[in-house]
Amino acid sequence: MDWTALTLSLELAAWTVAILLPISVLVGRWLAYGRFRAKGMVEALVMLPLVLPPTVFGFYLLLAFGRNSPVGALWNDLFGHQVVFTFEGLVVASVIFNLPFAIQPAQRGCEAIPVEVREAAACCGLSPWRALWKVDLPLAWPGLMTAMVLTFAHTLGEFGIVLMVGGSIPGETKTIAIAIYDRVQGFDMAGAGIMSAVLVAISFSTIAVTYWLSARVGRRLA
Amino acid sequence: MTLDVTLKAETPIPLDVSFRVAPGELLALVGHSGSGKTTILRSIAGLWRPDQARVAVAGAVWLDATVNLAPHQRRAGVVFQNYALFPHMTAAQNVMAAMDRPDRAEAARILAMVHLDGLADRKPAQLSGGQQQRVAVARALARRPQVLLLDEPFSAVDRATRERLHAEIMALRAHLNMPVVLVTHDMNEAQLLADRMLVIEKGRVVREGTTAAVMADPVSLRAMGIREVAAMLPAVVAGDEEDGLTRLDTATGPIFLPDIDARPGTRLRVRIMAHEVILSRDRPTGLSAQNILPGVIARVQPGDGPGVMVHIAMGESEIVARITRRALADLGLAPGDTVHAVLKAMSVARDHIARVATPETPDG
Repeated sequence: MDWTALTLSLELAAWTVAILLPISVLVGRWLAYGRFRAKGMVEALVMLPLVLPPTVFGFYLLLAFGRNSPVGALWNDLFGHQVVFTFEGLVVASVIFNLPFAIQPAQRGCEAIPVEVREAAACCGLSPWRALWKVDLPLAWPGLMTAMVLTFAHTLGEFGIVLMVGGSIPGETKTIAIAIYDRVQGFDMAGAGIMSAVLVAISFSTIAVTYWLSARVGRRLA
Repeated sequence: MTLDVTLKAETPIPLDVSFRVAPGELLALVGHSGSGKTTILRSIAGLWRPDQARVAVAGAVWLDATVNLAPHQRRAGVVFQNYALFPHMTAAQNVMAAMDRPDRAEAARILAMVHLDGLADRKPAQLSGGQQQRVAVARALARRPQVLLLDEPFSAVDRATRERLHAEIMALRAHLNMPVVLVTHDMNEAQLLADRMLVIEKGRVVREGTTAAVMADPVSLRAMGIREVAAMLPAVVAGDEEDGLTRLDTATGPIFLPDIDARPGTRLRVRIMAHEVILSRDRPTGLSAQNILPGVIARVQPGDGPGVMVHIAMGESEIVARITRRALADLGLAPGDTVHAVLKAMSVARDHIARVATPETPDG
């Protein structure tokens, strides 16, 4: 059992969720309530990682964040090392790759709030920020929770993108999914089996707990 | 706290209105759906911005060419058609959400004012339609509004509840000193509740005036239907008769209406539909209709068709009878003549009777 890889995967998932939570709230709300010409375009762009093979996506990320790219060069100047093949690079890739899993449910959650209820919040004197805290977030919570759980579970299970932009550096970019692959390559079926079982257990319980929680929230609002 | 409103727009609907509502006055905006009346209300609340507009309350500008306060910066209490309560909050939390400083005791006081004591901790889903509407009114008042805006607030409840809510709103009005704007397509509701009316058609004011004047004028009501022409006859409850009728005293005699649940001495206004009134020169006998009120013809208003409106003065007030031109000629009726108006007790619908709210008897 490669505990380092498991911890790394959990850390990566936690970071991805932490970064995507505010992003999905803001972008989801913007897409749910906003009326603008390029909305379809933005929605399509958000969904793109869902249909692209991780290899294609990873390839472009390598190009975008590589040492010779403007972003990569800037990162190098700021932090003294490059983005790709580091944990930070993995987080960046994971955040982008999980955009559809986070934003879609968040958007649906915001869309489920009746327009009049949001208008009522404004007419009650709640500023947009206060309305976000007191009305939007509590009501969109089931959608946001789904978003975060999907992101978490999906990050734990991600393989292709990690391999492309992370490589397999132990303690830095070697996640549990990569470790399992390595074990299978090395004919360590027992090790791969244990790690796979652990991953199944974690992913299943995460999703099960969410379903249970959202059923409770549903009852609370009904 | 006078409300001044001037709105002009071309799209999405044409709009060109200008009006003023005095403190404590209830103005009804009536018109068909799509006439623009709700858009007017939304413009006042800041939920929609017309091309050109000026909205000012007590001299403070909420909206004009240079100022545009966001909805949360305007002190408007809004009651939405479907109440738009916050489903995750209790009744008390809904009310407190509209307060600058949430105060449970104050919320309880306001909820008691709308007869919701004991239900403060219920979620909207656990309340009936009428109770939800009361929470919405309480929430609007908790905002300490400078203007109260009611968007078809009674349309989503059954008739019996609506009657009760009408009575409550009338009682509540004694405590309100801000301008109130009511949007409705229900002419009965407008006539029961409003001091003044604006008839809106295609975004324009086709008639403006006191409720009595607008409701008695067939021209102004062309948009809403001539069968809505009606007058409010003041009356005082005298007592219940043995046969289940209630005796009411009016300026020119008693009328008897089916069982009205009110103490003797209660002042009412009874909505008399013009097309339900029969006129007779002499006091008729041998009729099933028992309510015969004498009065003097104040004026006769001819219509476009075969009908005429006869305005009959009864003490301080007037009722209106819609009869045919032929009947008018046959009877030879003219202003100054005394006539007898015949009313069928059963023609007065239960929800056509309004209690007159006075500050002394807020629950009257």
